[in-house]
Order: sequence, then C-alpha cells, then structure tokens
Amino acid sequence: MNTVRSVAILCALALATSACGSRTDTGSGGTAAKSCVDTSGDSVKVGFLNSLSGTMAISEKTVFDSLKLAADQINAAGGVNGKKLSVVSEDGASEPTVFAEKATKLISSDCVAAVFGGWTSSSRKAMLPVFEGANALLFYPVQYEGLESSPNIFYTGATTNQQIVPALDYLKEKGVKSLFLVGSDYVFPRTANKIIQAYAKANGIEVKGEEYAPLGHTDFATIVNKVKGSGSAAVFNTLNGDSNVAFFKEYRNAGLTAAAMPVVSVSIAEEEVGGVGVDNLVGQLTAWNYYQTIDSPANKTFVAAFKEKYGQGRVTSDPMEAAYTSLFLWKSMVEKANSFTPDDVKKASGGVSHDAPEGMVTVNGENHHIAKTALIGKVGADGLIHTEWSSAKPIEPDPFLKGYDWAKGLAG
Amino acid sequence: MRRELGALIGFAVGALALLVLAPALLSDFRLSLLGKFVCYAIVAVGIGLAWGRGGMLTLGQGVFFGLGAYVMAMHLKLADAGPSGVPDFMKLYGSGEVPGWWEPFRSPVVTVIGVIAIPSLVALGLGAAVFRRRVRGAYFAILSQALAAAFAILLVGQHATIGGTNGLNGFRSFFGFALYDPVNKRMLFYIAASTLLVVLAIAWQLYRSRFGELLMAVRDQEERVRFLGYDPANIKIVAYVVAAAMAGVAGALFVPIVGIISPASVGVVPSIAFLIGVAIGGRSTLFGPAVGAIVVAWAQTTLSESFPSFWIYFQGALFLLVVAFLPSGLSTVASLRRRTREAT
Repeated sequence: MNTVRSVAILCALALATSACGSRTDTGSGGTAAKSCVDTSGDSVKVGFLNSLSGTMAISEKTVFDSLKLAADQINAAGGVNGKKLSVVSEDGASEPTVFAEKATKLISSDCVAAVFGGWTSSSRKAMLPVFEGANALLFYPVQYEGLESSPNIFYTGATTNQQIVPALDYLKEKGVKSLFLVGSDYVFPRTANKIIQAYAKANGIEVKGEEYAPLGHTDFATIVNKVKGSGSAAVFNTLNGDSNVAFFKEYRNAGLTAAAMPVVSVSIAEEEVGGVGVDNLVGQLTAWNYYQTIDSPANKTFVAAFKEKYGQGRVTSDPMEAAYTSLFLWKSMVEKANSFTPDDVKKASGGVSHDAPEGMVTVNGENHHIAKTALIGKVGADGLIHTEWSSAKPIEPDPFLKGYDWAKGLAG
Repeated sequence: MRRELGALIGFAVGALALLVLAPALLSDFRLSLLGKFVCYAIVAVGIGLAWGRGGMLTLGQGVFFGLGAYVMAMHLKLADAGPSGVPDFMKLYGSGEVPGWWEPFRSPVVTVIGVIAIPSLVALGLGAAVFRRRVRGAYFAILSQALAAAFAILLVGQHATIGGTNGLNGFRSFFGFALYDPVNKRMLFYIAASTLLVVLAIAWQLYRSRFGELLMAVRDQEERVRFLGYDPANIKIVAYVVAAAMAGVAGALFVPIVGIISPASVGVVPSIAFLIGVAIGGRSTLFGPAVGAIVVAWAQTTLSESFPSFWIYFQGALFLLVVAFLPSGLSTVASLRRRTREAT
C-alpha cells in the first residue's frame, strides 16, 4: 500500500506546483509579448505559412509559389529597406491547430518580421488570436466572408463588397430577376448567401432556392434537379473544391447551359478550370479581382516571370496574385515607416498603394483591407477567364457592409 | 515487486521531466507545444487502457476528445462574453441569442463536471448498446470510426450555434486568467502535465487491480471469462468509459492551450492519429502510449519544421517500420531482446 501512497503524494506535489498562475486583467492582453525581430544584419526574416500537405495543399501550394516569386524579385531588386528577405516556410497541414502552432513558432522562435499565408477561414480564425496576442503581422491573401477586421491582419483578398456585391450588381444590370443559391456547407457560403438574400430582397430579385452540400460532396443530381425545376434566371455558386466538378458535370447532363441559365461562381479561378473541365465551364461566369488575361504591363511581367520560374503550363489566379501583391505592399509599408516594427508598419499602412498585376490597389488604414477593382469574367474555350465587366474604379473595402442600407443587421 | 519499483521509477522520471526539466529548458513556445502533446498523451493513456488492455480498437476517441473540448470552449466563449453576454460569432453568424443548451456552461462548476460526465455518459450509452450485443473486433473499430465521422459532420453543420468549420476560437481568458500572459500559459502546462501524471496513476491502479486482470482476460479469452461467471460486457464498458473520460479531460485542456477547437481536430483523421503514438509506444504497457504519443507528436513537429514539403513521408515510414518489425511498439524492444537472449 506504500506505493499507492507515494504516488498520491507525487500527484499532490505536482498539482501544488501547478497552482501558480497570475490572475490579471483579461482586457490587457496584447502587450505581454515583446517582438524579437532581428534587423541588425543585412537580411530580415519573413514567414510563409501555407498548407503543403493535406486537402488544401493543392490550392495553397500555388500561393506559396507566387510568394516565393515575389521574395525572389524583391531580393533581386535590393530587398526591403536595404535588407534581403530570408524566407522561413512552414507547413500548415490544412489543419487550423497546426496553423496556430506554426504561426506561434514563426513569431516567437524564428522572430519573423511578418507572416504571409493562410487560406481557409478556420485557419485565419485560428491564427488571429496568435497574431493579436504577440502583436505581429499576418498578410492573408484570399477572398473571404468579411465581418472581420483585426489590427494585426492585412486582408489582401476581396471582402464581400468587392466580390459578392459587384457580382449581384452585374446580374441586376443584366436584368436577372431570380436566383438559385448553391453552396458548400461552411462559413463563407452561409455568409455570402445571407448577404445575397438581403440584397435580393432590397432589389426585387427573387431567390428561388438555397441549397447546401457538405464539403467534398459529389452527388448533385438532387440539387441540379431542383435548380432546373426552379426556372431561375441565374445560379449563384459558392461551392468549393471537388464539389464543383460534380456540380458542373451534372449541370451539363441536365441540359442546362450558360446561355439559358448562367452560373456565377466565386471559388473557381484559373487553377480550378482545368480540374472542373473546360467543356463543362465554357461561357459560365466568375467573380474575382484578377484574371491571368488582364492586359496591363504589370500583369504581363508577373505572368511571364511566373511561367519562367514554374513552367509554361502553369496559370496564375486571384489568390496567387493577392499573395504576390501582399509582399510588395508590406515592402512599401516598411519603407514608408522606415521600420520593421509591427506598430510602425501598421501606422504607415494607410494609403500605401501598389501598381499590382490586378491594377492599382490601396491599403485602407482603418480596416486593413485593400481597395480593389471587381471583375466579372467569362470562362473561355482556352481555359482562361476573360473580363466581361469591371467596376468603374477600385472599390473601397467595407468588411461589415456599413455603407449599404440593405445590409443593416447583417453584421450583428 | 520489481514491476512496482519500475513503475515508481517511471513516475519519478516522468514527474522530473515534465515538471522540472521541461519548464527549465524549453522556451515558452516549446513548452506550450509540449502542453498540447501532453493532451494527446492523456488520450493515449485511455486508448492504452481500452485497446492495449481491453482489446477494443477504438478509432473514435476524437468524439470524446471533442465533447470535452467543446464543453470547455463553450464555457470560455461565454465567460469572455461576460454575464448574460453573447459570444462574438453568434452575433455575426447566428441569431444573436445564446441557445438554451449553452446556458448551463456559463457555470465553471457545471463545465468541469460536464467535461468528465458528458463523454463518460456517451461512452456508457454506446458501450452498453455495443458490448452487450457482443460487437467486437473489426466491427467495433468500424462502428467507432463511423461515429467520429458522423460527429464531425454534425459539428460542421451547426454553423450558427457552435461555429461550424471555424469551430470555437479566440478565447481571452481561462477561469479568469488572461491567456495572453506567458505566466498563465506556463500554468496551463503544469496543469496538463500534472493531469497526465494523475491519469497515469489511475491507469496503473486499474492495471494492478483485479479489474485489470479481468480486462486482460476478456481481451485474450472473452468466452472463458463469461463461463467463469463474469459479464465481459460490464468489464469492457468500464474500461471504455474511463478511456472516454480521459479523452474528454484531454480535450478540455487542449482548448485553452491551443486556442481553437474545430471539427478538423475531432474527426476520423485525428482519431486515427491518436492511435499512431499508442501503437508506436507500445499499447499494452503503462507508459508506452503516453511516451509514444509525445514522441510522435514531437517528431512530427520537428520534421515538418525541417522538411515542410515532405515530412509526412517520414511519419508514414516510421509507422510502417514499427508495425512491420515491432508490432507491440517501441517500448517492447527490451522484452524482445530478453526473449531472444533466452531463446539462444
């Protein structure tokens, strides 16, 4: 029985040592951590955090490639504020908890000046407290559902009023009177459809149905039948990943065409067109802020450099461009602030602009999103997407849709 | 007697390593990471009990881990929102009102009880249904895995009430302690490490008891145990419930340490990942599962930091090697050597 007692004592000791936390005011978080960024040498570290394994790897690897290209180009041109970039890359493994872990590692062990990456909403939500807690910087390159604005994150993809709302404006302009909503069951489609419902109500568009499929779902016979039966003028598609392949195949099999009932997709970019099949997509619409076909000197240089580095068969897409641009925006912020310290960079961020491949972009100092031009595109037979319509000028980011009367009450 | 001495030495080494050496040698970040691995180790001890000793190959511990984690996460969200406040994500994506079934978890006491009781009750119900019908072996494994898949799908669908794919995150405090504060992060590590030692002590007591003998007997010859007048179902249910409770406690500790719980941490893949450490460490030993879980998780992190693009192949190779050459795990190397020496 002695042994039992000694184990019990051991455990009691262990528990006693653990009762030594400090109870502090919960509101004062964020000042506890000190930055350890080393800017004394002739190089400075930056972190790239993308999923290189797991289900998201296929998408995030492309973002990683374009970030690498941006870093190479910046280094070739003399670096940032005279310092060469030294890249530390980490694998987010398509898991939110790993993103949080690796972000902490990049900030506190590698002492990087800024982190670039993340794709899914859950990965961003997992990293947000890490960056706010350590007062570090994250550049997030993917269009997302809005309703967020962290002082420690710069959102270089579109928020809803730069992608969803312009797409609806376009449909309204085309005289579309009824819509059918199809989406994967997660936060982005749910939020997007909430916005679409509110917009439709205010603009006399009838929403004839709203259907969700689990992520990765591949049987769309039922949903496509409902779409067909509804007789809607257009379909708004927020499906993600593999589901698009099955959806568009079924759509075509059911005899539905882009001419009779166009589908507007917000998650199909140049990278995905090949996977879904050009035949299934020709003539369908997409809403983004960048296409490989944009006819501008900045884009031509970007596309040529990308193809030269990674192969002629590769394509460039919106998230890749947003990631590529984010590194240049950070460079401009640092040079404007003449400092790598996050607080200085944040202060200098407002009004920083860059002649990006997508066109001129400008950072909004208030909400840390960037002003972007919205582009509606049509999938061509060449597998690329061609601009069909564009907003008159870059649209100011409005993540909480405060500037839209019909959106009142959406942001809680 | 020799066995007991070995276990005691094991406890002493474990306590020394976790409570003295690790905090002294590791940076705050690494310590917090070790805290996360310790949570996995707590799950592993439970799996060692159910699978290693009881022969129940449970591929669904993520469910119990998730139940404990979500209960804790709900409490932390409510605590952050303040008395009668509404968690931030509900305002954005939900109805803006706290659902009735969230309300009990405003109380810290209910939360702590719930972390242990809810996984236990689910395991009790499930175990009673399954083991009484004499479902075992591969059938039980498939059933438990299906449960994990269903649980994750259920969570993904509950967008407005438990955060869907995003899960619950952005916690600011843990029972009044600010989570940003490094001192409190260390405290969390001590709590997790101490819990692991306590859980190991419980497992040790169970293994030494008559119940432990019966459990092994059921694993090896269930029919004989039945003929001796015992009900194997009851014995298995007890082990299964204890393993579930351990997973629930681990989940609850995981939440403040990692800062997020989402369906990605509770589904089929993480449930199987829990097993890798147990298999590599040695499933039927006392310390094997816990040590295996920590070592495998640590190796994963180190490898992925050094080879971000292809670390996953190393993990696969290690698992294959162990399964092919050491089917009972690394901690059986010693006994294997002893046996070969005796044979020659």
